[in-house]
Parts: sequence; structure tokens; C-alpha cells
Amino acid sequence: MAKQRPGFIADPVMRARAVSPLAGHIETGQFGVAVGQSPSVRLGERFGLSIAEVTAWKGRESKCRAAIKATASAALKVAPGSGSVKTAAGAFNIAPMRWLVSGESPELVANLADAVSEDGTVTDLSHGRTVIRVDGEKSRWVLAKLFAVDLSDAAMPRGNGLATAHHDIFAQIQRVGADAFDVYVFRSFARSFWHLLCRSAEEAGYRVD
Amino acid sequence: MIITCPHCGPRDLAEFTYQGDATLSRPEPASTDQEAWNAYVYDRANPAGEHREYWQHAGGCRKFLVVTRNTLTHAISGVEFAPATGSSRRKRS
Repeated sequence: MAKQRPGFIADPVMRARAVSPLAGHIETGQFGVAVGQSPSVRLGERFGLSIAEVTAWKGRESKCRAAIKATASAALKVAPGSGSVKTAAGAFNIAPMRWLVSGESPELVANLADAVSEDGTVTDLSHGRTVIRVDGEKSRWVLAKLFAVDLSDAAMPRGNGLATAHHDIFAQIQRVGADAFDVYVFRSFARSFWHLLCRSAEEAGYRVD
Repeated sequence: MIITCPHCGPRDLAEFTYQGDATLSRPEPASTDQEAWNAYVYDRANPAGEHREYWQHAGGCRKFLVVTRNTLTHAISGVEFAPATGSSRRKRS
């Protein structure tokens, strides 16, 4: 029998039926690449992830971190922006006492809600966020056009993240690889942001798979 | 102008929203003292110099901050989480 969930936990994303806001707007191929050159930026959507925000009640931060570690196998440090990223799941700190957790498992949010229990709140954002991965040697150069934040190795180790904004497009950015960043934007802004990102990457030459 | 958020570090002014004078204290909710409410809502000292004011880091951690800003130079001499926002007191190292 299906476990009873609190009302604020949405049903898992039904990948077979879900439609990305970018569907029909993602053009695959190479753009802005001169003859004989290779693209220095790769753009793509990570679609169908389970995404949730965990907010700790006062004094319960360490218990929430433990719950995130148990559910998403993401070991989190205390410092602002600390995060962790694995193949199947990841998490990072976005504000005092708040973390953004994402992963492949459709049951991630429900499991997280069970683990966090009375120590905080879990809000399912799977339907509300679009995740765009920016990778390649010039990923920081492209992102620097849009966001006035420090994405250098020293300021942002792999796994860490931050919350910022490009004008009114609120964005949460996690470093997921040597040059790879996942940008979380509101679903309703995703199409506009995607076009902006493509135009910004054109100068460097980009590829969409 | 750059505001150094206690959580996020130095960020551009565009990420913040001004939320008003932080030197005023709100009368008791049940108060019917019209003078006190009038002063709270309308009276502003408009100082030339240091001023304590609320800002929200709307384009970041979304926390409410109390910023001490010099209104003549825009120099910021202090930023802290607003009281009673539930934030830990830990400062960004």
C-alpha cells in the first residue's frame, strides 16, 4: 500500500508524461563554432530530477544535514554554500538553515520528508525548477556574463553552490565538476533563460546534445 | 554599491531590496496610541551620516539584514542578520 504523504509532498515526477518547458526550444548541434574549432561550452538540460528544499527549524541544522546525508548520500559541511555532488544525487546550502537537494530517484523527496521528519520542512520543487548544465572550458566565462559571483576553484569547490539572480531570474548554481555547473531556475523562466544562455555562449562556441 | 551578506559574501546591490528604517520600533499591536503609530509610520530622521536600515537579500539567501550605511558616502560599516529571523549568528569566515 502506498505510504501516506503530507500534502506538501507532490507526487513523484512521472517521467513518461512530464514535459520540459524547454521541449521544442532546444536545438541540438554546434553553434558559433568557427571552422576547424571545437565548441568550448556544452549546454544541456537535466530533466526529470527530483528536487526539494529542506529548511531546518532553529537548532535542528545538524539533524537536517544528517537526514540529507542518509537520503541523498551528500555529506554537508557547516560553512555557507557547502555542498556535495554524486552521480545519483547532490545537495548544497543555499541560505542559513536551507539546502537544495536533488537526485535521480523518484522517491527522493518522500524519503527526505521521512528522514527530516520534525526537524524541518521539506518542499517538493521537482515540478517547479529547471536544471541546466553548463560545462566546458569556457563555462565560467559564459556564466560571468550573467552572474556577478565568484565561481573560481578557490571560492567554490566542487559540490558547493550559491543563490544569486540575473536581473529578476533567480538562480541557484552548484558546481558539479571541474568546469561543470548546474543552474537551477524557476520553470516559468527556463525558456527565457535558455535563450539568454545560448546567445551568451555563442561567442565562445557551444554544443547542445 | 556592494553589500557583504553574512551568508553569501559580497554581492551587488541589485540582489538586495530596501526594506526601511531599522531604528524604529513598532508599537504594541494592540496599541491605540495614534501619536505612536503616526510616528512609527511617518516620522523619519533622514540623517546625514550613519543610518541603520533593513535590506532583504532577495536575489540570494533571502534573509533580512540590518545594514549600517553612511547616507553621505554609501560606505557600509556593518551588516548583520535582522534579529528574530532565526538565523544562526555564525559569520562568514
